[in-house]
Amino acid sequence: MAEAKSFELACPLPLGSHDHVLLGHGSGGKLSAELVQQVFLPAFNNQALARLDDQAIVSVNGCKLAFTTDSFVVKPLFFPGGDIGSLAVHGTVNDLAMGGAQPLYLSAAFIIEEGLPMDTLRRVVNSLRNAAAEAGVQVVTGDTKVVERGSGDELFINTSGIGVVAEGVQLSANQARPGDVVLLSGSIGEHGICILAQREGLKFETTLESDSAALHTLVAAMLQVPGSIRCMRDPTRGGLSSALNEIAAQSRVGIALNETAIKVREEVQGACEMLGLDPLYVANEGKLIAIVEPVAAEHMLEAMRAHPLGHDAQIIGTVTEKHPGLVTIRSTLGTTRIVDMLAGDQLPRIC
Amino acid sequence: MKYIDEYRDEEIARALLARIAQRVTRHWVLMEICGGQTHTIMRYGLDELLPGGLELVHGPGCPVCVTPLELIDKAIALASRPEVVLVSYGDMLRVPGSHSDLLRTKASGGDVRIAYSPMEAVKIAQASPQHKVVFFAIGFETTAPANAMAVWEAKRLGLKNFSMLGSHVLVPPAIRLLLSQPSNRVQGFIAPGHVCAVVGHGDYEKLAREFHVPIVIGGFEPLDLLEAVFMLVQQLEEGRAELENQYVRTVPRSGNVLAQKVMREVFDVCDRKWRGIGSIAASGYRLRPEFAAFDAEQVFGMEEGGVEEPSECISALVLQGQGKPTDCSAFATRCTPENPLGAPMVSAEGACAAYYQYRRHPR
Repeated sequence: MAEAKSFELACPLPLGSHDHVLLGHGSGGKLSAELVQQVFLPAFNNQALARLDDQAIVSVNGCKLAFTTDSFVVKPLFFPGGDIGSLAVHGTVNDLAMGGAQPLYLSAAFIIEEGLPMDTLRRVVNSLRNAAAEAGVQVVTGDTKVVERGSGDELFINTSGIGVVAEGVQLSANQARPGDVVLLSGSIGEHGICILAQREGLKFETTLESDSAALHTLVAAMLQVPGSIRCMRDPTRGGLSSALNEIAAQSRVGIALNETAIKVREEVQGACEMLGLDPLYVANEGKLIAIVEPVAAEHMLEAMRAHPLGHDAQIIGTVTEKHPGLVTIRSTLGTTRIVDMLAGDQLPRIC
Repeated sequence: MKYIDEYRDEEIARALLARIAQRVTRHWVLMEICGGQTHTIMRYGLDELLPGGLELVHGPGCPVCVTPLELIDKAIALASRPEVVLVSYGDMLRVPGSHSDLLRTKASGGDVRIAYSPMEAVKIAQASPQHKVVFFAIGFETTAPANAMAVWEAKRLGLKNFSMLGSHVLVPPAIRLLLSQPSNRVQGFIAPGHVCAVVGHGDYEKLAREFHVPIVIGGFEPLDLLEAVFMLVQQLEEGRAELENQYVRTVPRSGNVLAQKVMREVFDVCDRKWRGIGSIAASGYRLRPEFAAFDAEQVFGMEEGGVEEPSECISALVLQGQGKPTDCSAFATRCTPENPLGAPMVSAEGACAAYYQYRRHPR
């Protein structure tokens, strides 16, 4: 208790030049990292948290557990390919799966804005239930809060999840080694562009659906391949760029990508060209990146392609000892450029 | 993807590069005007693929970069007023004024919204008569027609709660200024394709004749730019100085006549200050007197004022093609996109930001 009391967040934290939280602090880019490093880590620092992976791995009575939590604030609540309910299951299941865990149990907390149509809530709950059933996880505890009209945006959901990690499985973003191979399970940018296309003031017609999906069975298939997987990440907000930059920084290695190997569907590319966005920074909800030791790469690729969620898997690059902490990409013309982490959200250009 | 992939093809690029290399016999300095073109050059490393005799310098064609600090301060002041909804293009939100930016203003309670078209701002004004809606309208001849149309439409609808905070700038006076400087090094220009799609060839033909300088209207994909470079090299090597159009799939000779008409109806030409360069005569647009009721500076009685730029910044040289971003002692250290000292570091299309984003580290 005494120890807890002595920690004062009122001490002048070096918060850059930000007096207020900006939307960009939630973008998954540099501002988000700054918030974690300067506000949350000093407050809660411990060994499990310090790994900064998508999930904590903790040991309880000799059993290795993965534990994670995620909040969902997607707008609109319903979008082609999913809704906030299915997303709340997929997001948390995937965070567990990226640690090599078999997801088992979820909690679900609903923060509901006064006036939300009961039918909307029922549809979301139904979808959450179906997604959990499909993923083979149970929602075993939950909570409900209702806030005044104007204090929320229809509906926010938080889910936490627990899973078990098999003996010998140890995945972490600090384990990439020079020579390792970078694999990506499919095409990028579908979730982010699908959501953008629904936004007020921007609506454009597209047949695109969110790629939202639970990836744990794909991960389970990959864990069967002999040879070592160093780490896995699902490139959600901040896109491929943020996930790879985090791995490069935490493993102190460089990552060299090949642009022609990264699949971008035509609808996604078209929307990005129109809005001045780069698909490397657009969110995904059903894709994973795996860094694997070189001898395992080809078999891993085969295993991924044999799974419905990985049939477009590609080797997209290699880990290098050159330029540690930096991600580079070989363009379609053979030149190399940096793939930087963005400060905040990508903002559409003027012209 | 059609009209995209074929303009990024490695094989065709190699063939074009070989033709350029065959044609070049001496050192030439070429400038691409538009920030979008600079962005493509850096993203694809085109400058590294060109033969050593060719030097690309980057022009002033980034609308976000050349918007004066004091105008950004005015936008922030307006957005901070409780009755105002400030509507802006996305990439203006991160651009710092002298003390803050619009993203921070939004976080502190200002009603700042991103739009993709100025007509969105007109719709917001129609839907919320209790608010004063201000559209932050900046840009070159590319955005001017849509912005003019928004004001024209607001007048037609009789809206009393819509106004525009504007700083439209025009490309030809800036090229004229560059060419008139005794220190000018630029020997050929890639003109901005999308600007020319609006205004046509006329002004650029005059510039080519008057200054005896080759100008090629260029597109924005890697092969567009390589072809434009090839056309410029041919002209320079043959001693020609003409206007040519590489971007024929988009730019008709007369431009977009309807767009020109609405611009003439709504705007007058005026002197404008360019951030990093200074005031250039007859280099911008302002609303004509009959549209004064839609001029935010008049509606809100805003005063003129100048703001000093940090002295270390060499943006004036960079924007005029007389220095490279990496020549600056503050580049990537004291000056970054998160904390820019000057204009070309603030927008993704600014030359300094493009260098920072794609190649700030030594190879």
